[in-house]
Amino acid sequence: MNDITRKPQPICRRDFLGQIATCACATALGLATVGMARLPFPAVIPGESSKVKIGHPADFPKGEGLWIAATKAFVFRDNEGFFVISGICTHLGCIVAQDPKGFHCPCHGSAFGNRGEVTKGPAPSALPWLEISLASDGQLIVDTQKVIPMGTKLKV
Amino acid sequence: MQTSENKTSAMRALWINIQKAPVRFLNAVFRHDWPNTDRTRSQAVFSNFFLHIHSTRIHERSLRFWSTCGLGIASLCAFIVLVVTGVLLMIYYNPSTELAYQSIKNIHFVVPTGRFIRNIHRWAAHLMVIFVLLHMVRVFYTNSYKNNREFNWLVGLALLVLTLGLSFTGYLLPWDQLAYWAITIGANIAQSPRELTDALGITQMIDLGGLQKQILLGADTVGQEALTRFYLLHVMVLPLVMSMLIGLHLWHIRKDGGLARPIEETDEKPARLLTGQEVTFQPSPTKTYGLMALVKGKTPAVDKGNENTVSTWPNAFYAEMAVFMMTCAICVLLSIWMDAPLKELANPVRPENPAKAPWYFLGLQELVSYSAFMGGIGIPTIVLIGLALLPFIDNSPEHQGLWIAGKGQKRVMMQSVLFGTLVVLSLLAFTIRFGWLRDWFPSISQIIITFVNPGTILIGLFMLWSLWMAQRHNSIRIGGIAIFTCLVVAFLILTYFATVHRGPNWDFYWRMSEWPTH
Repeated sequence: MNDITRKPQPICRRDFLGQIATCACATALGLATVGMARLPFPAVIPGESSKVKIGHPADFPKGEGLWIAATKAFVFRDNEGFFVISGICTHLGCIVAQDPKGFHCPCHGSAFGNRGEVTKGPAPSALPWLEISLASDGQLIVDTQKVIPMGTKLKV
Repeated sequence: MQTSENKTSAMRALWINIQKAPVRFLNAVFRHDWPNTDRTRSQAVFSNFFLHIHSTRIHERSLRFWSTCGLGIASLCAFIVLVVTGVLLMIYYNPSTELAYQSIKNIHFVVPTGRFIRNIHRWAAHLMVIFVLLHMVRVFYTNSYKNNREFNWLVGLALLVLTLGLSFTGYLLPWDQLAYWAITIGANIAQSPRELTDALGITQMIDLGGLQKQILLGADTVGQEALTRFYLLHVMVLPLVMSMLIGLHLWHIRKDGGLARPIEETDEKPARLLTGQEVTFQPSPTKTYGLMALVKGKTPAVDKGNENTVSTWPNAFYAEMAVFMMTCAICVLLSIWMDAPLKELANPVRPENPAKAPWYFLGLQELVSYSAFMGGIGIPTIVLIGLALLPFIDNSPEHQGLWIAGKGQKRVMMQSVLFGTLVVLSLLAFTIRFGWLRDWFPSISQIIITFVNPGTILIGLFMLWSLWMAQRHNSIRIGGIAIFTCLVVAFLILTYFATVHRGPNWDFYWRMSEWPTH
């Protein structure tokens, strides 16, 4: 068609600089976006202290677990000592209720045994046992953030 | 002498200009007189910023009710109603955990027309979800998502997700029991990839679920940080993105060649305009399309002559106006009939029982009650990816713009309705009667339940059914119809089931009146 055959031209300086500038802008904006995406992830999780004083050991009778709203957990006392089972369902975070067989969740029908183990429903894991210890003033103190192995009890 | 003459003429000119100013102002805005011919109307549509999203002429077929059922426009109308009423509600709403509930009560009981406006906002939100879903169903069954329209189908999917996102974020704002627990469940669904990472033992390394919950709530539990974030998303981020995507979606309709219509159709019947006239369209071979050389893709077929187009002004505008008024009327009637609910103030230690999400999420909530991760994230993601791939896998161009028109398609659709109903009902009945894996093997590993539960079995059966149909009829489109129909049926049945037959503790009840009272 055309009798002038074009040789492949080397990229001219103006185009080269233009492309470099575009790449630089894209990189800068991309990195800025990554930096900005960091902002919504909180550095400090807001909320009340995870350590809650729940009263003196003598306040707790043996037998049925006592619901302590501030910890969202049930405090138990038996012959071997104190233990705390979290009341937050491991399925989707509803608050479980106590029943003779253990616990059940009102939201999606999960059920847990007396030790918090899953017996029914969609909950993927057992209700966690929370750390309970004795504070220097003689009160029991529960740490809602610290999960301890099932079966660990506090002897007072 | 001369100066005084100049003065008078300047004064005269000033007076004349003042008199002419209104006309000149109108001319500056509109640049043409009131358009009363087809040509000037086309020009008006073409040159007006707000109207030019329309093409100047529209195919007569696109205006027939059953081509679109007006669902896309109805979705847009619902969105407009939501923006207007939403801005009004923002005047009194206060996004703080201490005042949110009080301000909603204020709006309900004290603010003039407040209750009515809030009701309209609530109902328009429900309507928008219905319209958007039905619109997608319409586009699918009329085979209108291919032949240059693949990208617009994807934009439509994004709009569906945004619509649901806006509903979800709006759900928290009243800060009542319903809001608090629905969002607690929602946020824990966002966290549910932990179900998988915990089972694999890699949560310590990559905690995707935890990150998702953290960015959504800004804390461990639903509180002020969550309310601030949801408010920001609901009144600003999502509506902005939504508006842009709606613009893109509408613009693409035009760029993709207008609404889908059968290529093979060549009827020369006289068309009935909305104005009532019967018009026979004559071929117009003398027409020239100067600019068309610059436009890629679909351009009007010049040589065919049989265009059957009518001018957008007023024909399409009347249709749009009718849909808009209809949408408003439905909102108003529903708002008079029923108030938007407001339960007790949010109580973080006592869940609603049953804690139900809004109806369009209840189908998912049923699946969530088998496995949080699969029901809340896994299956929705699989369905969305499937829908996104649809136009790229199924690209048969026949019968565009016609309702399930191909050979054997109606039959397969009916069979799929039957198959879907049977599968969903029997799985539900089985699960309620006999329970699931954990009831038989209490110590079973969670990962097995995550992957083998009624939800995943449902999806698996649908896929097999779709493959079988595609193979039997030797048509990918038929495979698509099979699985899409199954999904629609499953959505409907699960939504109905979770709404009516799930009571306290997510137990099965035949009637709501059988729910235990306490």
